[in-house]
Amino acid sequence: MNQSTAIHALGHRSVDFVTNLGQIARFTLQIVRALLMPRYRVRRTIDAVFDSGVLSLAIICLSGITVGAVLGLQGFYNLSRFGAEGSLGAVVGISLVRELGPVLTALLFTGRAASAVAAEIASMVTTGQLDGLRMMSVDPIDFIVSPKALGMLLVLPLLNALFISFAFFGAYLVGVSYLGLDGGQFLTTLESSMTFENDIAVSLLKSFVFGVLVSIIATYRGYTSLPTAEGVSAATTGTVVVASTAILLTDYAITALWGV
Amino acid sequence: MQSSPIRDLVVGMFVLVGFGAIGYLTFQVGGISWKVPGGFTLYATFDDIGGLKERAPVSVSGVKVGQVVGVELDELMRAKVTLDLTPTLELPVDSSASIRTSGILGDQFIALEPGAEDDMLQAGEEIGFTESALSLERLIGKFVNDADLED
Repeated sequence: MNQSTAIHALGHRSVDFVTNLGQIARFTLQIVRALLMPRYRVRRTIDAVFDSGVLSLAIICLSGITVGAVLGLQGFYNLSRFGAEGSLGAVVGISLVRELGPVLTALLFTGRAASAVAAEIASMVTTGQLDGLRMMSVDPIDFIVSPKALGMLLVLPLLNALFISFAFFGAYLVGVSYLGLDGGQFLTTLESSMTFENDIAVSLLKSFVFGVLVSIIATYRGYTSLPTAEGVSAATTGTVVVASTAILLTDYAITALWGV
Repeated sequence: MQSSPIRDLVVGMFVLVGFGAIGYLTFQVGGISWKVPGGFTLYATFDDIGGLKERAPVSVSGVKVGQVVGVELDELMRAKVTLDLTPTLELPVDSSASIRTSGILGDQFIALEPGAEDDMLQAGEEIGFTESALSLERLIGKFVNDADLED
């Protein structure tokens, strides 16, 4: 008896899982179609860029400087044991551009912006605003969801580049101003250790993929939330948990596939 | 949601700064050159370039004057290296190029040594005197062979 309920539960969960995947795919297609078809919601997309991009600037820049500075300190300590402090720029640069920049930016972005988007859409569901739009024959996916998703998608690569630049600045401050490395050598090893094809392009690709993941997860979680107070909180928490996990797993997959 | 000109301005500045950062990473760090390679191009042929790669620096007396933009085999199976140098550089025709190593990680670069002739190298010409990369294995091999001969 007990066994069969366990198997029942497993079957139920499996069907749920596949159904969810299908719904997410359908939801994604609806967003893509809404974005491709006129009319284009430029005004609402700009507002979304403001909300998730401009308002995330402070945390992204501050975290960038801090992460860069810490990498500078740690790298200097470890490299100086081999007398290789001169390579600090290369060590800091490669780790930031390839891994830390895209991943940390996406995680911070999930906490700062994606959770807010999920909560906003979920509370619209709770207060019946999306139903109100449907009553006026306005498609909520076209009017509410897709501008927010597009805004998040556009913003993440920009935030990633800013994060990396600020982290370079933080590492430079620590390495050159505080620990007394040669500034020219720091920048030269940093710049000459990387190429566009192998490093910068991968970084931008990663942040683009993360942008797709985060925007879909956040809007889907908000859109499908239960119309209760618990629904809003579950949508927000679910967004952060699922998006963070997805970012880390995808990061591993991209890194392994590209062999970098 | 209200729209205001100030918000538009802020969003515009944010996008500009973001693309500026991407541009910095692409061109400055990534080393994509947006200049037409119209710098001063010279060639140098080496027997063995060791681990010399593209974008390796080229220096005169330790001062960076350009970089390696191409490495290929010529018809005699020697390594032909293309150097992109600053156009203001004036090198006598009997200048020499040698591959050296810097730093603990063994980054290789090309050191140019100006000669004494009055004629200067023109763009597209080849540096005649070259010195290949120092290969530790080859040095040891030579040493072992010489020791064998003495026995």
